[in-house]
Amino acid sequence: MKVLVPIKRAIDYNVKVKVKADQSDVDLANVKMALNPFCEIAVEEAIRLKEKGDVTEIVAVSIGPDACVEQIRTALALGADRGIHIKTELNLDSLQIAKLLKTVVSDENPDLVILGKQSIDSDNNQTGQMLAALTNMGQGTFASEVSIADGKVEVTREIDGGLQTVALQLPAIITTDLRLNEPRYASLPNIMKAKRKPVAVFNADELGVTLASNVTLLKVTPPAQRKGGVKVADVAELVSKLKDEAKVIS
Amino acid sequence: MLILRREIEFQLYENLDTLSLLKRSRFMEHNEHTFSAVLDTAEKIATDCFLPHNHLADQNEPSFDGQKVTMLPAVKIAYQAFADAGFIAARYDFDEGGMQLPESVMTACSGYFMAANPSSTAYPFLTTAAANVIKHFASADLKARYLEPMLAGSYSGTMALTEPHAGSSLAEITTSATLHADGTYRIKGAKLYISGGDHELTENIVHLVLAKIPGGPSGVKGISLFIVPKYRGDGDNRVKNDIVLAGLIHKLGYRGTTSTALTFGEQGDCHGYLVGEPHKGLQYMFMMMNEARVGVGYGAAMIGYRGFQYSLEYAKERLQGGKAIVEHGDVKRMLLAQKAYTEGAIALCFYGARLVDDIHTADAEQARDAAELLDLLTPVIKAWPSEYGPKANDLGIQVMGGAGYTREYYAEQFWRDNRLNPIHEGTNGIQALDLLGRKLWQNKQQGLAQLFALVQTDCAIASGPVGQQAAECISHYLAQMPALIDSLGADLQSKESQALQLANAECFMKVFSGVILAWQWLRQINTAEQRLGTELTSEKADYYHGKCQAGQYFVRWELPQIAPYITLLQNRDDSCHKMRTNWF
Ligand SMILES: Cc1cc2nc3c(=O)[nH]c(=O)nc-3n(C[C@H](O)[C@H](O)[C@H](O)COP(=O)(O)OP(=O)(O)OC[C@H]3O[C@@H](n4cnc5c(N)ncnc54)[C@H](O)[C@@H]3O)c2cc1C
Repeated sequence: MKVLVPIKRAIDYNVKVKVKADQSDVDLANVKMALNPFCEIAVEEAIRLKEKGDVTEIVAVSIGPDACVEQIRTALALGADRGIHIKTELNLDSLQIAKLLKTVVSDENPDLVILGKQSIDSDNNQTGQMLAALTNMGQGTFASEVSIADGKVEVTREIDGGLQTVALQLPAIITTDLRLNEPRYASLPNIMKAKRKPVAVFNADELGVTLASNVTLLKVTPPAQRKGGVKVADVAELVSKLKDEAKVIS
Repeated sequence: MLILRREIEFQLYENLDTLSLLKRSRFMEHNEHTFSAVLDTAEKIATDCFLPHNHLADQNEPSFDGQKVTMLPAVKIAYQAFADAGFIAARYDFDEGGMQLPESVMTACSGYFMAANPSSTAYPFLTTAAANVIKHFASADLKARYLEPMLAGSYSGTMALTEPHAGSSLAEITTSATLHADGTYRIKGAKLYISGGDHELTENIVHLVLAKIPGGPSGVKGISLFIVPKYRGDGDNRVKNDIVLAGLIHKLGYRGTTSTALTFGEQGDCHGYLVGEPHKGLQYMFMMMNEARVGVGYGAAMIGYRGFQYSLEYAKERLQGGKAIVEHGDVKRMLLAQKAYTEGAIALCFYGARLVDDIHTADAEQARDAAELLDLLTPVIKAWPSEYGPKANDLGIQVMGGAGYTREYYAEQFWRDNRLNPIHEGTNGIQALDLLGRKLWQNKQQGLAQLFALVQTDCAIASGPVGQQAAECISHYLAQMPALIDSLGADLQSKESQALQLANAECFMKVFSGVILAWQWLRQINTAEQRLGTELTSEKADYYHGKCQAGQYFVRWELPQIAPYITLLQNRDDSCHKMRTNWF
């Protein structure tokens, strides 16, 4: 059984994000980039399924500039078997990414595609769903538990107010939530082993997908500064402030 | 963000040509990707497992109830993550389970752990150091029993040198090791300040103990090295060795690391296993000394650097007088000094790490040169960062004003933690004596000749305005060095004036290290000005302008401070030497 894990190069979650002075975008100069945390969870889940014997091959695919190879290497060092790099300098949005991933799905015929539910830079939360629609596969999004049996995958989903379990026919799409697992670290010996694992490279503009985006980034602004807090004397004062100043209760 | 990756990459790939190591057979399997992947793992584990409990461990020191040492559970998780990732064996051969990682890259990795949490980092670092000694000098049988589990993370290690009455003067240790009929030794004695000397982090603790075999030569020539485990034997045969934790010591900083007073052989049944040959213990330790001392200097630089970044972040956000305090001239001075101290120290330590790589992997001639140079630089690499790291942390507190003095912020902890570094691994006083009394004259002064030539070359190639001005200042002091050193050398020969010269060893350390640090800044300025000469976006250029400005600050504000010390040395000032105990 083969698993495809699409992964994204994103700003490291420890970096304090700054907006460019002209508000055109987030400032990425001299900033550390890393594997998007939800993608890391996706890679980890694939590895755990392989360790359980459910999966035989893990393919990590990333779309983006040359530097994406670093994240593919990270996935290989964690335990993926081979990588695919779809090269582009363009800043694509979710739909283009999903369409490019569809071409990979057609080539590779994976039994399972595990994606992060969203990336921490654009927070769109839609690539997995779009890929499911484009490929006609069932989807189990926001997974907090995954198990495979009898040609089906059971996915426990985190939904508002609780958990929902769905059973999907394979091939299927899963997107990971934060509590699915705790990813391992790439160990030094595995980093060396990863060097020998193959990475195939394709140009995004040669895959028959229209890359022009319909989304334009107008402006990026930082969130409003938090105002200093005040100490209240008692519950009564708190209630009155919530009512009259914050107007969050009535 | 723990420390800036940008700074590490500058040191590795721009200021030093670390990628040139890839041509050497030992490192051929590597490339820039494998290096950056290891850095990623180091940064991640440091950030996820070490950083979050740095402050907590400071507030919750390990405790001892007479039976067991207890500490935060997070320390054990961090220790295991470090070991599981393979860091303890990172320098070893591939077929030994290692990664054949260059010292330069290993240094870069260590920085993340030191900056994140020096006291939890002490446990795996001590294990790494002890494992290195065992790997180099112990028999195959001892290695199988002790080294393997240490690499796997199930045993940890300590260095047990100091005794209550013998710290700087190890010649005076009295712990004894008596040969037993079964060929092993029985250890008896007391050790003090042993870091990581007891805890429950690992199944077993391997103490590397310095002891004297009765009847052996006196002084340092009669010291041998022993493996003395907390538990002997495996499985059902496992028994506690006769080692008693007399108590934990309570410290200014590094509070998360257990500091122990240990009694060996109270019941006469503490088994020890000789490492290598008898009476060579100190020699074995000394062979690992350069690396260990570079490590201490680098740790001090990194705690200093973290404090710098921490106070900088604060200064950008704290408003006073209508603007962020970072905009006030005096705050800029304090931040610039921190940048100059810590990035200067970092550059020096990376330089030292590269020399270690050259010693092990360059061709014979270059390796010999590197060894001679490193011998000379080691006291400076240990002492300067460990003096100026805490100075930077002190300025970090000052930048933050009242907040810096409170325990609600971390600035004071950085200072307390870093304050250890001038004391252990040879006090800075001992480093100054080592420099003036020994290292300066070693190897027929070849190291010194090399150093002067290197500084001159870097002065000559300075081509930008900041670099040229720095080169001029440095040349001014460099020109005074040979005559000063020659005259001190002559006086050191005579018995009477020797004591006076050595009383002023710290003056010489200040002068000599001042020139070396200015040179390290010149190297960084040269690199930066070269990059500034190419097309750069303004964000990229900012980084290099920062290097030039901090280098200029160092050369204009700090370097001239050595002048009065040169005068004291030239005048053979005897204020300290002539002072008498009963005059105090
Ligand atoms: C937190 C901590 C952790 C430590 N961890 C370990 C460990 O893991 N293992 C271990 O073996 N030891 C350890 N030590 C011990 C440490 O190495 C010693 O404290 C250090 O070597 C100094 O020895 P001392 O404390 O006996 O000071 P002393 O030797 O008594 O020195 C006191 C002062 O006298 C000066 N002095 C001493 N001799 C001379 C001289 N000949 N000329 C001029 N000045 C001199 C010193 O510079 C110093 O200023 C640790 C110490 C601390 C505080």
